[in-house]
Order: sequence, then C-alpha cells, then structure tokens
Amino acid sequence: MNAGAGLRLRGMVRKEWLQVIRDPSSIAIAFVLPLLLLLIFGYGVSLDSKHIPIALVAEHPGPQSASFLGGFEQSPYFSPVTVPSIQEAETLLRQNRVDGIVWLRDNFDRDYLRRESPPISVLVNGVDANTGRLVEGYIQAIWFGWLEQNAELAGRELRAPVELEQRIWFNPQVRSTDFLVPGVLAVIMTLIGALLTALVITREWERGTMEALLVTRITVVELLLGKLIPYFVLGMGGLTLSLLMARFLFHVPMRGSLWLLIAASALFLLVALGMGLFISTLVRSQFVAALVALVSTFLPAFILSGFIFDIQSMPLPIQGVTHLIAARYYVSILQTLFLVGDVWSVVLPNSAALLAMAVFFLGLVWRRTRKNLE
Amino acid sequence: MIHRIIALVIKEMLALFRDKRSRMAVIVPPILQLLIFGYAATFDLEHVPLVVVNEDPGAISRDLIGRFTSSEGFALAGHLQSVEEIAPLIDSKSALMALHISRDCSASMARGESCAVQVIIDGRNSNTAMLALNYVRTIISDFNEEWAERAMGMKLPARLGIRAWFNPNLESRWFIVPGIIALLAMIVTLVVTALSVAREREAGTFDQLLVTPLRPWEVLIGKAIPGLIVGVGEASLIILVAVFWFRIPMVGELTTLYPALIIYVLSIIGVGLMISSFSTTLQQALLGAFLFIVPAVILSGFTTPIANMPAFMQKLTYLDPMRYFLIIVRRVFLEGAGLEYFWNELGAMSLIAMVTLSLATWLFRHRMY
Repeated sequence: MNAGAGLRLRGMVRKEWLQVIRDPSSIAIAFVLPLLLLLIFGYGVSLDSKHIPIALVAEHPGPQSASFLGGFEQSPYFSPVTVPSIQEAETLLRQNRVDGIVWLRDNFDRDYLRRESPPISVLVNGVDANTGRLVEGYIQAIWFGWLEQNAELAGRELRAPVELEQRIWFNPQVRSTDFLVPGVLAVIMTLIGALLTALVITREWERGTMEALLVTRITVVELLLGKLIPYFVLGMGGLTLSLLMARFLFHVPMRGSLWLLIAASALFLLVALGMGLFISTLVRSQFVAALVALVSTFLPAFILSGFIFDIQSMPLPIQGVTHLIAARYYVSILQTLFLVGDVWSVVLPNSAALLAMAVFFLGLVWRRTRKNLE
Repeated sequence: MIHRIIALVIKEMLALFRDKRSRMAVIVPPILQLLIFGYAATFDLEHVPLVVVNEDPGAISRDLIGRFTSSEGFALAGHLQSVEEIAPLIDSKSALMALHISRDCSASMARGESCAVQVIIDGRNSNTAMLALNYVRTIISDFNEEWAERAMGMKLPARLGIRAWFNPNLESRWFIVPGIIALLAMIVTLVVTALSVAREREAGTFDQLLVTPLRPWEVLIGKAIPGLIVGVGEASLIILVAVFWFRIPMVGELTTLYPALIIYVLSIIGVGLMISSFSTTLQQALLGAFLFIVPAVILSGFTTPIANMPAFMQKLTYLDPMRYFLIIVRRVFLEGAGLEYFWNELGAMSLIAMVTLSLATWLFRHRMY
C-alpha cells in the first residue's frame, strides 16, 4: 500500500466516522443496546420454577391425607391452595390459576388403613411442557419422602436404595445469570454487527453517493476497510461495556484469559460485520436490507446458537443448519472462557470456524463490490 | 375519503410486493424460520452424550445404567475406566453428563443401605443442566420405587398416578410452536409498519404524501392497513404450517383466535408506527424495531415462564402485547379455551393498541417536518 492508499483510506474512515457521529443511532446501537439487553436478559430469564401454584383436594380429610399433603405445604417449590372438591380444582386449572392438582379421593384414609393402596391422582397442566415436567419431578420427590416417613412409622426402614449425588460443574449453584450473560453477549454482538453495517453500502447506493465514490481513485479494498474500521471500533467499545457489566454488575466468574476472550470477540465481530456488509451488498434498497437484517439476525442467534436450546437435542438436519450460525461458535467459546477456563479443545475448533466464516463473508463482500454501476 | 385511503393502501402494498426481493424477504423467511425453529426450539433432551464409570460388578448397577441408556434423553458416549477420565471429556464438551457408580453399590443395597450414585453435569448451559438433572431424578425415583416394592416385598401404602392435561406426553414442541406464531406475526407486522414511514422520510417521498389531500390520520390508516393485512395473512400461513406440518392439535376455535390475533397485530402496528414517526432514517427505524422486539420476546414468556422472573420484571411484562397473545394462542391451541377466558388479556391488548395507535397519530401530527 503506498502513501496515496493510506491517505485515501484515512479519508474514507474519517467520512464514515463523521456519519457515525452525526446519526446518534449508531452510538445508541453500540452502547444503549448492550446496556438494555443485558439488564433484561440478566434478570429476566430463568427456567427454575419456585412457588408453583397447585390445588390440593382431599375429599375426606383424615390423618393420612393430611400427612401426605403436608409435604406440599413445606416444599419451597409449591404454593398450594386447598379446595374441597375436584370440580373446583379443575375449574382453577382451566382458568390457569393453578398448574396442577393433587387429588385424594374420599376413601383414601379408609383404603390406606386397609392396605388397599388407594390411588393418588395428580393432574398437571401440560401446556408448558417444561414446567409440567418439573412439577412431576417435584411431586415424585414429595411422594418418596412420604413413603420413607411411612415406613419409618411402621417400624421399618425404607431407605431409598439409590441416592442421587449431583454435581453441576462450573456453575454449582446453577445461577442462570452465569450462563445467560455469556450467551446474551453473543446475541448483542450479532445485533451490533448487523445493525451497524447492514445499511452502510446500500445507503450509498440509494442516496446516489456510491457513484460519487466510484469516480474517486479509491479501490474496493480501501472502500471496504474504510467501512469496516469505524464500526469495528464501535463494536469493540460495545463489547468492553458488556464485559464490564458482566464482571462488575452480574459478577459472572471469568475463569479463562481475558485476552483470549477479546481476541475471540474481535474475530466474531468481524464475522458479524462481514454478514452485515454482505446483506448490504446483496440488495440495493435500504428497506430490503433492513428487512433481511431484522429477520435473519436476532432470531437465529437466539434460537439456534445453543444459548437457550440445547443443540445436541435438535434433529440432525437442524444441527447442520446451526453450523451456519456464527453465534453458535461464539456462544461455545464464551461459555467456556467465562465458566470453565482456557479449554483449547473448545476454543481452537470454534475459533477456526469463526475465522473461516469471517474470511468467507468478507471475501464474498469483496467479490460482490465492484467499482461499476452494474 | 375512503377512496384516498384505498389508493394509499394500494400504493403501500405495491411498494412492499412489487419488488421481487422485498416480496421474498417478507414472505419466505417467516415460513422458513417456523420450519427450522419448530424443530430446534425444544426443551426435550434427546441423545445427550453420557459417559459411565461403573466400578460395581453387581446386576443392580447394570439395571440402573440400562435405564439411562434406554432413555430417549441420553445416548451412551462410552464407558470409562476411572473417574479421572471424566473431566477432560466434559471440559471439551464430548459429554454433557457423567454417571459414576461406586464399587460397593450392589453390596450396600443388598445390606439395605443406600448406594450413592454420582451424577456430574456440565453446568455451562445451566438450562440444559437443569433439564438433564430432571431426567436423572425421574429415572432414579422410578428405579427406587420399583426396587422398594420388589426387594422389600412390601405393597406401597398408596399409588401415585400422574397425568398431564392438554399435552399428555409433555412435548415441549406443542408449547413452543404456537409461541412462534406470536413471535413471527410480531416481527412481520413490525417490519412492514416501522420501516415504511422511515423509508419514505429518507427517500423524501413523505413530504409529497403530506401535500396530498390526505389528512395525517388518513395517512396513518393507509400505513396501518397493509400491516394488518400482511400480519394477519402471514400469521394465517404460519398457523396452517403449525397445524398441518407440525401437527400441533388445534383444539379451540378459529373464531376465538382471530379476534385476538387482530387486536394483537393492531397493537404491534401502533408500536411500529410510533417507531416510524420517531425515526428519520431507516437505520433509526431498524434500531427502534430491535429495541422493541428483543425485550418483547424475552418478557413475553416465550422461552421461560413469567412466573420465574423477579417481581419488578413481572410488572414490566404487563406492557408487552406479546405476553397476552402468547397466553391466548397457547391456550386456544392446546386447551381449546374460548373467548370467555380471555377478557383480561383482550382488554389489556386493546388498551395497548389504543394507546400506541393514538400516540402514533399524535406523533405523526407533531413531527410533520
């Protein structure tokens, strides 16, 4: 690159930078968006249910039914209401006032004393399948606790033959912020990249300033670098803010090396900016570019990155699709660097994939940007 | 007056659908996304890689391991010789979970003592970890129950029977796919309304629109009707895919769903037009759209129950129109609930629609420059 090229590039960066500064929305994208999203995600998303409303029906209350239902009163997972009849309980379930019903029929105590194994019926609202499953698990735990207690009273010892000793590694208290914040970072960086660059080339076409640029001596590479550099700087600024929030506001542990994290983020930002620029070169109208950016960035990064939904549980063809989503690799790197440490067997292959995607998108952008009007 | 509005609606529809790329970008991605997300977004674990360290020679441990490997949720990724081998496999994500049964497990069970089975789960994604743990708990409590009944020769004092209403196999897809209807309807509607005015502003054609005999509110209606047509139309396509492709049972009535859908789309249109009138460039409109969509999705209860959020967040969700429609669409689909259950939700959504639409009108009139 000769001195002229350096000068042209500097001019282009300066022009682009002025555009960034004059439209406050770019600054807002880099700094307000991460702030807002981290706050909402960091506090808002959790799958661990507590105080699930449940209806208890004992048609003929007696000592045994009371001892069984007592388990629900003490459980931190349920907030039970007692209703006299199953009809009322079903009404509550239909009105979504309770998520489940535990129903002891009127002969429960009598049959219990006669050792006839009376049924305990549990109805769970299955609409939210995940919560439904949790409710099942919690009820089973209460049920087994009651069985143990019963055996003890009968002078026998019923020890649960298998006792579960669970260890959740890397996040023993299962703090959801610890895993969400790294995931949100990936979503935020995807949005920043796409939002910043999706419109920058189409805008020049639509406003007719592209033709003005074409008649200058600027080369395609200089043009693209000039577009990339200011937004890269902005994006890294947004990243710094997000990292500071993760560390000092949400107290997410940082077990890997910070430099590795920054390097991986820079790589991912390149992919995200490259995708944005690619959208920008695909179409000549800002409206369509904005449309594509809206539908193709947030939802895939949210749903297909493994940030909330487990990728290995998806059907194989869909797992294949997730390989096209850059956020997938970044989420993997981030969760590992934050919570585990420098695990090279995770960091290296995922970074390689990001590098390949960066080269691919920027290469495509370079090939598609021609210095002519067609 | 009607003629003027109709003319504007026709013009808007042409602007949206005349260009092939714009037509594709409005119609194709939502359907494609439903097909992909419908399969991807599930909280049911399938074939999660599991490694086993079994030091116990007895039959009981084999029985227990068999229950894990035959479960849909787990797939055996290998037997390990020692506990030390677990860490590298979990670190590198080759296994999500390790099951460790110690040497004297069968023996201590034969003595009537408990045997501790250790389960190690990768907590990097604590969501998945909790799901896996829940599967483990179910397997172990089933095992315990059967074993207690069999080995101790005692009849259990009662029988526990659990049934799930509305979704007997607790398939999370039945829960998520109706949610995707609400999600995509919102995005499409917002795209059409939030971007359309900003586009005219930037192109300078908005001024031309202002010097026509159209009144501001007529312009607003002309911009809102295409949003309504596209939003409801796209949602109908998505409902068809949900019912006929994903086979989500549609127990309720369309006559319940559609009034709710229309009010929902209207409230989104109000938000979209508000964003529209705030922004002078497309980039600002795009930013505005994202600033609404992302929080709206998170706070709606689409992926995680609202009841699990902290109290102040739960209050915030009342502002989110998607929250209400999500409840309606899920319950109409799976429970077959009728309109009489939804007065609160419909009322809240109508209120949001009225507020946002009037605000948009006001902003329109006061930002006419």
